[in-house]
Amino acid sequence: MSKLSQPHLLGIKNITAKDIELIFETASNFKEIINRPIKKVPSLRDVTIANIFFENSTRTRLSFELAEKRLSADMINFTASNSSVKKGETLLDTVNNVLAMKVDMVVMRHSSVGAPHFLAKHIKAKIINAGDGTHEHPTQALLDAFSIHEKLGSLGGKKVAIIGDILHSRVALSNIFALQKMGAKVMVCGPPTLLPKYISTLGVTVEYDVKKALEWCDVANVLRIQLERQQIKYFPSLREYSLYYGISKNLLDSLKKKIVLMHPGPINRGVELTSDAADSHHSIILDQVENGVAVRMAVLYLLAGAAS
Amino acid sequence: MQKKLILDSDLLDITLNRLCQQLIENHDRFEETVILGLQPRGIYLAELIHQKLKKLIKAEIPFGLLDTTFHRDDFRRRDTPAKASETRVSFMIEGKKVVLIDDVLFTGRTVRAAMDAMIAFGRPAKVELLVLVDRKYNRDLPIAADYVGKYVNTIASQRVLVEMQAQGHKQNKIWLINND
Repeated sequence: MSKLSQPHLLGIKNITAKDIELIFETASNFKEIINRPIKKVPSLRDVTIANIFFENSTRTRLSFELAEKRLSADMINFTASNSSVKKGETLLDTVNNVLAMKVDMVVMRHSSVGAPHFLAKHIKAKIINAGDGTHEHPTQALLDAFSIHEKLGSLGGKKVAIIGDILHSRVALSNIFALQKMGAKVMVCGPPTLLPKYISTLGVTVEYDVKKALEWCDVANVLRIQLERQQIKYFPSLREYSLYYGISKNLLDSLKKKIVLMHPGPINRGVELTSDAADSHHSIILDQVENGVAVRMAVLYLLAGAAS
Repeated sequence: MQKKLILDSDLLDITLNRLCQQLIENHDRFEETVILGLQPRGIYLAELIHQKLKKLIKAEIPFGLLDTTFHRDDFRRRDTPAKASETRVSFMIEGKKVVLIDDVLFTGRTVRAAMDAMIAFGRPAKVELLVLVDRKYNRDLPIAADYVGKYVNTIASQRVLVEMQAQGHKQNKIWLINND
């Protein structure tokens, strides 16, 4: 079968390991295409996609835009900050107005958890969640898992530590689902205040010492401290966080083995990662960005291709 | 379901030798020629012909695999999107003569998609098509093969099955199948 089990991509939680494998296979083919002199295929030329972003984004939006252009889709961009949302329009009204212009797919980022799930129930177009609050960010998890798969050959039995602000991270939750579905072992590491209370019920190991986490893992996926989501202080100062949880090249070199270093971006250089670690040979951060376009092309292609 | 053998292993070998000779007549030393096998099923035939040609002319010929999935014209018209295969073309085809190789020529839509997909690697000087089986009277598009292993009169409901050793079959055999 070359069809996803779901009509939308709302999260990793409700897709299967087979779906993820199909996305990986398709993404490999698209990766070859985006490395050609002519990086474009005509597959989606009769498909119109609206990128609706109620929250800031650089990488994800550019990556989706590029993926859509490489597939020859028509696309429109919508950012909430300069729209009628400011005048009090509801989410459903906004999206229905966009859809009245004959849009086939919606890529949406929203600060509220479950916003894309709500839309999927009420509108006809196919929906891709580009991040909903602190809940899920499925395409980021897919590209992270794809990058590990590409670097290490497979995910089965691999140990992945997700380090940093797990509490506010949608990347962490989607990554945990994706990695576990593909057979990897997952550890989360961070200060106790930035780890959700019941995180161990997801079957992940919890570690508070970053050195121990790095010694354990094959891959470290380091997350950003999301100051914009923190209403209260979760740790005394950035300086102290960096001292206890920051990863430097010296720390990586002191390990007994070579690990792969990942970061979904944007990096706060000098906080969770020092510059020499982020730019070291351990890092596959820029490969993640390249793979992001290929993985998003695969998701768009597979969702658009299924008959509605 | 009735099966009728169109080509057995010996006949296929004779046919492939003839096709190679015809290619050599037109391409001489293959200095400006590249071969592209069409995914997913044309690549086994293309590989066989490529090996035979290399032996006959004692020279290397650029060889690639071309996938047409993302250039097909039936996207969103099928229940499931077609599954993609690998494209492996490590050279440019700008100014070259391209020989496209597929197992069966039926509606001609795959060949159209292949010509579209190929252009990503440059503008070829000439494009030719080689097929093992040409199913006559079934073309949807004005496309014809330059080299044909065997012409077969078929109706749309019939199917041509190509079994190749490289795909794990015991012998190379080409069947005509009646789906009734």
